[in-house]
Amino acid sequence: MKQKRSGRKAYLYIKRTWTLYLMLVLPVAFALIFRYLPMTNISMAFKDYNMFKGVWASPWSDPIFKWFQKAFQTKDFWFALRNTLMLNGLDLLFGFPLPIILALLLNELAFKRYKKFTQTIVYLPHFLSWIIISGIAKQLLAPRTGVVNILLGRIDVGPINFLTEHGLYVATYIALGLWKEMGWNTIIYLAAITGINPELYEAAEVDGASRFRKIWHITLPGIRSTIIVLLIMNMGRILGSEFDRPYAMANDLVMKVADVLSTYVYRVGIRGMQFSLTSAIGLFQSVVCVLFLFAANSLAKRFGERGIW
Amino acid sequence: MVKSNKRKIEDIIIAVICFFFILICLLPMVNILARSLSSAQAMINNRVSFWPVDFTWESYFYVLKDSAFVRSLWWTALLTLICTIISLTITILASYPLIYDNLKGRKFYNGMMLLTMYFSAGTIPNYLLMKQLNLIDNPLVLIIPNCLSIFNMIILRSFLYTVPDSLRESAQVEGAGPINVLIRIYLPLSKPVLATLALFYAVGRWNGFSDALMYVSNPKYAPIQLKLYQVINNRSSIETAQQEGFAAPVASEGLKSAAVMFATVPILLIYPWLQRYFIAGVTLGAIKE
Repeated sequence: MKQKRSGRKAYLYIKRTWTLYLMLVLPVAFALIFRYLPMTNISMAFKDYNMFKGVWASPWSDPIFKWFQKAFQTKDFWFALRNTLMLNGLDLLFGFPLPIILALLLNELAFKRYKKFTQTIVYLPHFLSWIIISGIAKQLLAPRTGVVNILLGRIDVGPINFLTEHGLYVATYIALGLWKEMGWNTIIYLAAITGINPELYEAAEVDGASRFRKIWHITLPGIRSTIIVLLIMNMGRILGSEFDRPYAMANDLVMKVADVLSTYVYRVGIRGMQFSLTSAIGLFQSVVCVLFLFAANSLAKRFGERGIW
Repeated sequence: MVKSNKRKIEDIIIAVICFFFILICLLPMVNILARSLSSAQAMINNRVSFWPVDFTWESYFYVLKDSAFVRSLWWTALLTLICTIISLTITILASYPLIYDNLKGRKFYNGMMLLTMYFSAGTIPNYLLMKQLNLIDNPLVLIIPNCLSIFNMIILRSFLYTVPDSLRESAQVEGAGPINVLIRIYLPLSKPVLATLALFYAVGRWNGFSDALMYVSNPKYAPIQLKLYQVINNRSSIETAQQEGFAAPVASEGLKSAAVMFATVPILLIYPWLQRYFIAGVTLGAIKE
């Protein structure tokens, strides 16, 4: 009797929800095929790739960590690793505070229309691809014909080779990252600022607090938790690497500081067909990234914040 | 009185600082626009800064003469349209069932999708997969492998959660099934979010570069960013035509500027219309970042 009832219950449940499960078929199939299935190819990092045998039939390498050892003995790998850490670190150092400052400025902007207009303009670069931005930069900063060097020439400076000297290349790389994302990254802070109780400002007004004191004692503490979570999460991504940005901006003269893990893996792996070596490097990067994220997340929780999961 | 004067001065100083940010963002683009509309002679003599000198459409005409570049523009536009429609559909399918709290397996599904945000197979395993699936040099490789962004799924899901359950329940009492509820209640309400996601997907495809670089070698299927990369780095047919003397001596710099404009203008055209939506969208995504 009881069994019958639970059978009926299951029937009713399925009758009510089968369309929902049907909807999930495509997304699940997508995730399984294009996100989980390639994970089986990670085995490449532990095999000697044989083009004719394919991934599965290729023999296991001996010793099993052969390709990791090989990677750690390659000079270019260390350059790529160092550059990844250096460029991401500098991005964090300069790219993290600027949006906060810009968001505070935008929030203090008294003219509403003008504020909207400013936002429209500063969000715009976010939507340009790195290929477009590198195209703009290469023309803007060209040593002879670029407008920056033309203007510098008028005050007898330069010409400066922004994109072909090591230090200047790194500076330009960071500056362009700021240009692209500083406006966009204010959105999240501006949203956090709207969540601050307006009564706090009114009370401060009555006490005669200056604008700076209101920012320092109300606005900043109001977005403190947003700042901490974003900072920690960004620190967790220090070994992650973009591809388009370094690939589009790099040139032969600055490879020593421009080559990062993603571009190295592309060049040596897909162009150079060294699948095993670069799979090992990719796996190393993914695993370290996940560990960093875990560490960052628990750090965020220790600060009493929500973290990301 | 003194105080309000001080405030006014501060307001003006802040407005001026913001104006500098506007200039920083706009001037590089203005310079490229000016170059693309200037004559070769003016550019050779370094006379072009932020205003066209000897105004001419020449550079644009020369870019348009390169049939491969023009075809790539149309191809990318078509690709963007297809990708946006498919991606939006899949994103809706992936997020809507999650609002049913009592759906069995919901937690597992959610975890399975979120995990892919933090751990991916990596460049080479993905490349090998495309090989195994015979997708290399197949135009589908530019559509399917990135047709669902988990981040966008989170945005939509967070929005759908904000719709009061009572709306759904009253429709269910009247006998509407999940699909009916989706079409009659949820989709009309989520138009602004869907507009945001459409913008993100469309811009993502229009700006997409690395998948084409890695998976597509047939120039027929090269999207605009790949073509633009070749033009900027002097590996394009426009450049060759010019060196071989088919084209009049337009400075190649002008060609590059015009090519950049062709890739940028479509974004500039749709961006202002969708701006009022995406701020809300981004804020929603941050809820569960």
